[in-house]
Amino acid sequence: MTESISWKYAFKVWYRDFLVWTRYWWTSLFGALGEPVLYFVGFGYGLGALIKEVEGVPYLEFLAPALICSAIMHSASFETTYSSYTRMEIQKTFHSIAMTPVSVREVVVGEILWGATKSLLSGGVMFAAIAIMGLVHSPMALFAIPVLIITALLFSSLGMLMTSFARDYDFFTYYITLGLEPMFIFSGTFFPTHSLPPLVQRLTWLLPLSHPISITRGLFSGKIVEGFWISLLWISVLTIAIFRWSIRRMENRLVV
Amino acid sequence: MSLTEKTKIIEAKNLVKKYGELTAVDGISFHVNAGEFFGFLGPNGAGKTTTMKMIYGFSPVSQGELKIFGMSPQDDLRNIKRKIGVAPQDMSLDPDLTVIQNLQIFARYFDLTKEQTEKKCEELLNFFHLKEKATQPIDHLSGGMKRRLLVARALINDPEILILDEPTTGLDPQSRRVMWERLDDLKKKGVTILLTTHYMDEAEELCDRIVVIDYGKIIEEGNPKQLIQKHGVKNLEDLFLKLTGKGLRD
Ligand SMILES: Nc1ncnc2c1ncn2[C@@H]1O[C@H](COP(=O)(O)OP(=O)(O)OP(=O)(O)O)[C@@H](O)[C@H]1O
Ligand SMILES: [Mg+2]
Repeated sequence: MTESISWKYAFKVWYRDFLVWTRYWWTSLFGALGEPVLYFVGFGYGLGALIKEVEGVPYLEFLAPALICSAIMHSASFETTYSSYTRMEIQKTFHSIAMTPVSVREVVVGEILWGATKSLLSGGVMFAAIAIMGLVHSPMALFAIPVLIITALLFSSLGMLMTSFARDYDFFTYYITLGLEPMFIFSGTFFPTHSLPPLVQRLTWLLPLSHPISITRGLFSGKIVEGFWISLLWISVLTIAIFRWSIRRMENRLVV
Repeated sequence: MSLTEKTKIIEAKNLVKKYGELTAVDGISFHVNAGEFFGFLGPNGAGKTTTMKMIYGFSPVSQGELKIFGMSPQDDLRNIKRKIGVAPQDMSLDPDLTVIQNLQIFARYFDLTKEQTEKKCEELLNFFHLKEKATQPIDHLSGGMKRRLLVARALINDPEILILDEPTTGLDPQSRRVMWERLDDLKKKGVTILLTTHYMDEAEELCDRIVVIDYGKIIEEGNPKQLIQKHGVKNLEDLFLKLTGKGLRD
């Protein structure tokens, strides 16, 4: 297939998913925000009462930006694994869209874009709530937005890559329990990674989630963190590579 | 296109489709003229769906040549798909959407304008007796309604070629008649129709020309009435059994 991507058609697929979402958006946001709010209240206030300050900021402020990033990770991942897989295998939606002028590749791209968008919608609501609560101390926080967009695209693509390997839903359970959850814990969400043993610390650098967390956390208190550019470069390269790889694999899976 | 000028709208030469080791379509050659009602018959697993998938480009051709509107699916897929409507065998309506949304979203994929979409949806819902169900979710439809919606959706772009993979499977005799009438209307409008069916009376009634496929090969082709005469059988069903034997395939 030498055919290139027409973004116009990819966005038609995006629109299909958006249209469906408008019918249950309230439940969807409620579901996506439930968990982070729980962590926020439980850990932020509960643990925050004991810890007071981490890296020079109150624990709640330390936690808030990280929870935005991990909420985006979770939401994007769920959308392009469980939901995309259902549309592909159970509902045959991919196949029926591919009977129209839209190509298989554009279907996959549209799905990835939608997964990213959906996660940014819940991430956006959290961002706003945290700002209203007065936990953002610098207008530099606005620079976090493009970083969050990359994060959304990264995990949306990674989810699609997993879907390209999946033969059943169990596969995603493994991906989430063995992949995403450890990443959630060890990427510096709840505690700074430098409190880990040096070797583990170095390994956490490889975890994609650790970068948006450290960058966003810095920006929220008006700082450009050490290694900002290299982190940004790493997640950007990773996003592009996984995006392309997932599309190629999905195409090979679908077009037989 | 007029019915008299015999344009070959689909042309296949020694078409082969392999899924790994399995040869699903084993060197078939056929052509379909513009305006023709063309039937693909054959036992389960014969390769009918696979052939159709190659025509609308979902399945790449392994060997041989395939031309639709004179174009090859490998090079001009988007342009081919613009002029084709497909009602697939597996009833893949969008269960997340309502009846009318199923049509509207397809109109969007085909780049119809808002006005065109509105007009076409109205027309198709009437044509297929689905007007009352327009705002219902798909799972509120009966099997017959789903099949009709599937064909309605395939017509959203006013296709020149309509591909129907078992459009009447699971329908009661009444719904089947309604479907036949609709298909007959479409044929009169000059739409080229490709049909697969396991109902031999249906093929006999509707098709100008059929091919019988077995194990991925064409074993007979021609006009149903003439074939019945040629083989000295009562009807197409007897001919089918005579040609393909009585053993199970799947
Ligand atoms: N995606 C696929 N991967 C591997 N084998 C396939 C695939 N699709 C079809 N086949 C095989 O190819 C052969 C032809 O299948 P096809 O679906 O074209 O048959 P058919 O004539 O449409 O049958 P039916 O009347 O049951 O619908 C079968 O042996 C089938 O198992
Ligand atoms: Mg079939």
